[in-house]
Amino acid sequence: MPEPILRTNNLTAWYGDFQALFGLDLELSDGEVIAIIGANGAGKSTLLRSIAGLNQSNSNQIWFRGNDIGALRADQIAQQGIALVPEGRQLFASLSVEENLIIGARSGRPGKWQLSSVYKLFPVLEERRHVPATELSGGQQQMVAIGRALMSNPELILFDEISLGLAPIIIKSIYEALPGIVDQGISAIIVEQDISKALSVSSRFYCLQEGKVALQGESRTAEREDISRAYFGVVQDEACHEGQI
Amino acid sequence: MNDFKTNYVVTRSSRASTVAMVSGIAVLAVLIAAPWWAGRADLRLMAELFLYLSLASLWNLMAGYAGLVSVGQQAYVGFGGYLLFALTMFAGIHPVAALGIVAVLGAIVSIPVAALVFRLRGAYFAIGTWVVAEVFRLSFAQVSVLGGGSGTSLPTKVVKSMASGRQAREWLSYWLALALVIIVIACVFLFLRSRKGLALSAIRDNELAAGSLGINIWWTKFTVYVVTASLTTVVGALIFLQKLRISPDAAFSVNDWTAFVIFIVVIGGIGSLEGPIIGTLVFFALRETLADLGTAYLIALGLVAIVVMLKAPQGLWGIIRSRWDIQFFPLGYRVKGSSLNPSTTGRSKMGRSTLGSTDMGSTEMGASEMGRLEDSSNKKPTENSD
Repeated sequence: MPEPILRTNNLTAWYGDFQALFGLDLELSDGEVIAIIGANGAGKSTLLRSIAGLNQSNSNQIWFRGNDIGALRADQIAQQGIALVPEGRQLFASLSVEENLIIGARSGRPGKWQLSSVYKLFPVLEERRHVPATELSGGQQQMVAIGRALMSNPELILFDEISLGLAPIIIKSIYEALPGIVDQGISAIIVEQDISKALSVSSRFYCLQEGKVALQGESRTAEREDISRAYFGVVQDEACHEGQI
Repeated sequence: MNDFKTNYVVTRSSRASTVAMVSGIAVLAVLIAAPWWAGRADLRLMAELFLYLSLASLWNLMAGYAGLVSVGQQAYVGFGGYLLFALTMFAGIHPVAALGIVAVLGAIVSIPVAALVFRLRGAYFAIGTWVVAEVFRLSFAQVSVLGGGSGTSLPTKVVKSMASGRQAREWLSYWLALALVIIVIACVFLFLRSRKGLALSAIRDNELAAGSLGINIWWTKFTVYVVTASLTTVVGALIFLQKLRISPDAAFSVNDWTAFVIFIVVIGGIGSLEGPIIGTLVFFALRETLADLGTAYLIALGLVAIVVMLKAPQGLWGIIRSRWDIQFFPLGYRVKGSSLNPSTTGRSKMGRSTLGSTDMGSTEMGASEMGRLEDSSNKKPTENSD
């Protein structure tokens, strides 16, 4: 296996007074897409926030491209080439679609992603580029959030629950855009509630449970029964988890 | 901005902003010439108006753009006033030269204050800044060479050193106030037009997203705070150079230097450069017509503030902007001659500077099929939850 682009080393994180991650080890190789799955409160979002620097972690806990980024601030990590598409989109309400995208380019990292390429990926955004971002529909807002992250020309992009609260048809169109993003050699970590969706776009997965890795493996060969066991932490009745996942 | 192959032009100016610039220069020429056409009382009033406008523009930069709602700017007003008195009385420095030193010292003293109050957020930040201002007031009340709790007057020797003759002095202090307000508005305008300006709007809207896009939030806010403090100190120095007398209660008055300033910014329109100008004019109009009524005047101010906040949360400038789509200070980006869907061009000229404008025209969405398909709860940014 080649040298990983991202590696967490016994990563711990706190959510307020509550410990959310307990010594998490994770690896991601260059150009790879991995999925993080797990129940609510398993620590998925906290993991992404820690990598992005929004949660405090310690030095030597997160390594990116051979650099120790564990103790860096969020803006320093963004400069290194990690972009977060945050849960709930978190657009800038008083800025237009285009201004939201321009902000994404602030890190000044060179690369193929600029306004024109983002508009090519999501043509609807070009039509609505001068509309206040929060006037858009939820799906379009999600496109802005993704485009904004791409504008920094990241090497690693973190997707936090990008399908949350969107209609199935919108989720489908957003996931259809994903290959256009990761084919450019960008690595990605996808946090997703919809397990089959997550497994279909990733090569490997980590299933978290109460802040620890309960299961990891190849997405293609993943056994649903193993996942549901890792997901809930108990052996479930067959009929029950069929309905759940 | 030039990556597009299509035939539209993105511009920041508009006809209104060009007209505003030309008429602005004309107004400026008239104002510079004011000593030749205005009476002594008018000059004093106008100088005071400029100083209030400076304070309001600076407070607006902090609260309306950087999200730093300080209730303690009187700390710097008073500090500037006292510094000016100390420098001219004890160091024998010329009052105009002292203004430059005051600006530097104001910036320096604001650094440890920022380090302290930036540990607080939201309402705690507001209260924290006020506490700091009270500490300043109580400290200066202990300095007996500056008159202690009862204050002191600027010695005649210092006053006379400004310029020979009373008229020349009054003209000078008028021009100083005018120069300062121009410097302040120019600083705020250039700051907001720079890359930092867009970052500032982003931070105000959503700190989490701004941070994860590579914006150093702490440093950006810190820069705004220190620049604002420095300029506020100079405003304070000029205020007390005009008054010729200083006392702790007047210098660190939360009413005069913060409450009225907040009133001006809120009724004028927070988060816009034009807002403080309109607000200052309205405030002075109210004061000059109603101040004789005493307490009733303050009640009237309160009523005006409540009505404006309820009926026009974006202030008077917000009403004007939404009705006529004009912007005198070209801060946002605009599009001309779009080759795209013509229906988008009419709405393309949004100003950037609204505060928390999630409520903007949500009825206009749903034009796309996507909008209709989705859960309506997703139209507004949700609180970050885990």
